[in-house]
Amino acid sequence: MAKTSTRDRMKNEINAGSMADIAFLLLIFFLVTTTIDVDKGITVKLPPWSDEEPDIQQLRKRNVFSVLVNAQDQLLVRGELTDIDELRERAKEFIANPMRREDLSTNPKNAIISLKNDRGTSYKQYLGVYNELKAAYDELWDDEARKMYGVPYSDDLPIAWKKAIKVKIPMVLSEAEPTNFGEE
Amino acid sequence: MAHFSKKRGKASPEVSTASLPDIIFMLLFFFMVVTVLRDGERKVKVVVPEATQLQKLEQKSLVNHIWIGKPVEKYQVTYGTKPRIQLGDKFASENEIPLFLEQHKIKVPEPQRPRITSSLKVDGDVTMGIVTDVKTILRKSGQLKINYSARPKQN
Repeated sequence: MAKTSTRDRMKNEINAGSMADIAFLLLIFFLVTTTIDVDKGITVKLPPWSDEEPDIQQLRKRNVFSVLVNAQDQLLVRGELTDIDELRERAKEFIANPMRREDLSTNPKNAIISLKNDRGTSYKQYLGVYNELKAAYDELWDDEARKMYGVPYSDDLPIAWKKAIKVKIPMVLSEAEPTNFGEE
Repeated sequence: MAHFSKKRGKASPEVSTASLPDIIFMLLFFFMVVTVLRDGERKVKVVVPEATQLQKLEQKSLVNHIWIGKPVEKYQVTYGTKPRIQLGDKFASENEIPLFLEQHKIKVPEPQRPRITSSLKVDGDVTMGIVTDVKTILRKSGQLKINYSARPKQN
């Protein structure tokens, strides 16, 4: 019925010359509003709330690695004043206990890190300490992954592998209720 | 000389611009996909601390943000200089956090709800007191997956 000749079709074409301009306009809008920032941070799983205080006293003393941070951002690691730069190595030595020392953890499975801070501790220091402790575990997991599977530890490993590593070296970090001496 | 000019006159040296819109559209789509539209005004000053053991936060729709920091200069007259919490685009107290979490949760499809993460964007100079209070509230309302936002450490 409507037999369009080639000539007719040519006539009905929309002028697409301004298409580029329109696209440019949109492009510039999105260029301006874009913020390419990937959200990064330290992911933590909090323990569920319970009204009773967990009893850490009944644990054997050698299996607990206590870290206290006071309101002046000073660190007390197992009773001695320590610099934050030494924390990672000390934590690693405590967890793995390669020399089988009597005062360090019996087994990585039993090792517990107990972190306690003050309400006056700065968040920067708290996260720094947390970061070092996490780094200690990350490095141990990395060693273990290389030993067991010959590859470095990363989040992309198969879930079964990650589980196997974390069964051998579970990350147990218990955070006590903070003290309140130094909040302004 | 004449020989050259003659040849030049014949050929048209124009570059075809027919594919220009396609190229522009490709760029446009790229930017549309990566764009995150700014969510409201920042009312507290937050400079997150540096760390090394960082993990990426996946899936923006499953993340809710809690900002803690000192009010910016504009609001210091009304809100003082003590660290405050910002939820969404307004100042809030700790007690408003459960409602805020709930409001975010209902927008997420049910099967994905256990994967909701709270991103704590806390200024490095804030003391732990307010952070602990927020953490306690999060634990009480069952939001256990959190992420302490941090910058990668520059050496």
